[in-house]
Amino acid sequence: MSEAQIECRDLWKIYGKRSDEAMKAVLTEGLSKDEVRDRFGCVLGVRNASFSVSKGEIFCIMGLSGSGKSTLVRHVNRLIEPTSGEIHVAGRRVDTMAEDALRQLRAETIGMVFQHMALWPHRTLGENVGFGLEVRGVALPERRKSAEAALAAMELSGWIDHYPDQLSGGMQQRVGLARALAADPEILLMDEPFSALDPLIRRQLQDQFLNLSTHMDKTTLFITHDLDEAIRMGDHIAIMNDGEIVQIGTPEEIVTNPVDDYVADFVKGISRVSLVRAETIMEPMNGRAHTPKHVRTDAELGEIIDNFMDDQSPVTVVDPEKAPVGLITIKAALTALRG
Amino acid sequence: MDLWNIFDTEWIPVGTWVESALQWVVVNFRFIFQAIKVPFDLVLTALEDGLTQAPDLLVLAIIILIAWQAGGRKLGLIAAACMTAIGLMGAWEESMTTLSIVLTCVVFCSLIGIPLGVIAAKRDRFWMVLQPLLDLMQTIPSFVYLVPIVMLFSIGNVSGVIVTFIYALPPVVRLTNLGIRQVRPDMVEAARAFGASNRQTLYKVELPLAMPTIMAGVNQTIMMALSMVVVSSMISVTGLGQMVLRGIGRLDMGLATVGGLGIVFLAIVIDRVSQSFGTSSRARNHQKWYETGPVGAVRTLVRK
Repeated sequence: MSEAQIECRDLWKIYGKRSDEAMKAVLTEGLSKDEVRDRFGCVLGVRNASFSVSKGEIFCIMGLSGSGKSTLVRHVNRLIEPTSGEIHVAGRRVDTMAEDALRQLRAETIGMVFQHMALWPHRTLGENVGFGLEVRGVALPERRKSAEAALAAMELSGWIDHYPDQLSGGMQQRVGLARALAADPEILLMDEPFSALDPLIRRQLQDQFLNLSTHMDKTTLFITHDLDEAIRMGDHIAIMNDGEIVQIGTPEEIVTNPVDDYVADFVKGISRVSLVRAETIMEPMNGRAHTPKHVRTDAELGEIIDNFMDDQSPVTVVDPEKAPVGLITIKAALTALRG
Repeated sequence: MDLWNIFDTEWIPVGTWVESALQWVVVNFRFIFQAIKVPFDLVLTALEDGLTQAPDLLVLAIIILIAWQAGGRKLGLIAAACMTAIGLMGAWEESMTTLSIVLTCVVFCSLIGIPLGVIAAKRDRFWMVLQPLLDLMQTIPSFVYLVPIVMLFSIGNVSGVIVTFIYALPPVVRLTNLGIRQVRPDMVEAARAFGASNRQTLYKVELPLAMPTIMAGVNQTIMMALSMVVVSSMISVTGLGQMVLRGIGRLDMGLATVGGLGIVFLAIVIDRVSQSFGTSSRARNHQKWYETGPVGAVRTLVRK
């Protein structure tokens, strides 16, 4: 795996006037969220979160509202100050960074997309998209050029002199994306970018974004409350509950191996057909003869089930060198399907 | 001493204290107050000279053009009607004096009130201190501070502007504070997320978005300033207010009516024009101001 582009270590956020006292008490006594609230009048936003995101991947943070996911992501560009912990972005330490360097980092290295678009209604699309360059003092012609390019990438050419309220919701969020991409940042923070959109548009935008991100090699931190979306988009998923990261893993790991009841509850309704792979559910050969039907170790559950359509005898799993490494019975396949 | 009627004696001589304190301030610090007068005097004199010495019809034409630009042809017609009526009633000179006093007051209220409102929106503690002060400025009867103002600043139009300033300042501070606080938090957060400093966020996002509310405050300030016109004429401020006051003094109903009507017409014009400045270009289908009104007409003519 390549170097970590975003890394948070032991991150805590406690809101309130007595957050420092509360922090100490939490560390020494291990208080729960409710105890912190009752004893110090403080709200525990993020509890001991550590994660790292490799260059080029999409890392989803998934959780219900109030689970602290939006708070967590705002630590990466320090829109929220951590109470304790370390944040590293693109090889630089963010939590101790000086104000001016921080502003430069926000303008040049990190692009952000917001749930309710947060486009400025008094500015044209061009002025919205060019804002990051504008505050860095880039001259107007150059700003306009990058704004044009960013809008074109989002299929919004020709709208540059219009205003946000003249656009539909889906188009507005494409402007939000264009604004985040205008300065060509290495990192994208997306805070529930597609949640406010209707399902069809959401799907379109997800596809468009996936397509873009494979071309552009950006590192993305993607917040969502929708596990389907997290699985569709994410290379890795972190599940948050009550300010704490309860599990980090690939979509397959999360679905097949939920760490506790909370996660298990989430993944219950998720279709495993394209998530579970042969190597996860195969049994060892243990000297059994291999059958004529075979699939590769990375075959998806759907393909394995296809093999049982006419003939219900076990399927052999073979590695890339065609050597048999395991067997899958129809029972194992069906169990995996049910979850 | 009669215990049953202890209040016959003045135990706390507030009046005497205030008087001697004021005397002390007048004797020792009058120069400070005279210095404060200077900027008010400069702006007022410039405006008054301009408005009264220029030909009446030129001033009328400029007012109509400004009204047309701000609020369209209809407002232009309203302004034309009101201002012509004032002129025909013979109150033109006086109304120009009153207009310059009101405008001077608005300039200073905005210059001081908008920054105060911005600071108040950013700092809760400052707002907590400021709020009772503003309440005091608005509720204390203006007659009460007429006397000290005269003693510190002497009489005349400039003192009138200062009295009016005290009375008219609160709305613009209040509504600026409100407007800035009401800007959607994610708009501000987005600005910060793209690297804007506090100052850039204020000028590029918060102030433009709060502008309609701030302009409502400026409008209120103008209205308050107009309502002080008659009161301030008691410290020999000239203009429409003086017509009314003189009318009352001499039981000259005609003079008082002319002055009163003049104030009403002037109020209508100033109110409508300042309200129109407040509507954002969003509410006007994103037409820039220079694309409409007389300037827009000239621009299209020139292009042809």
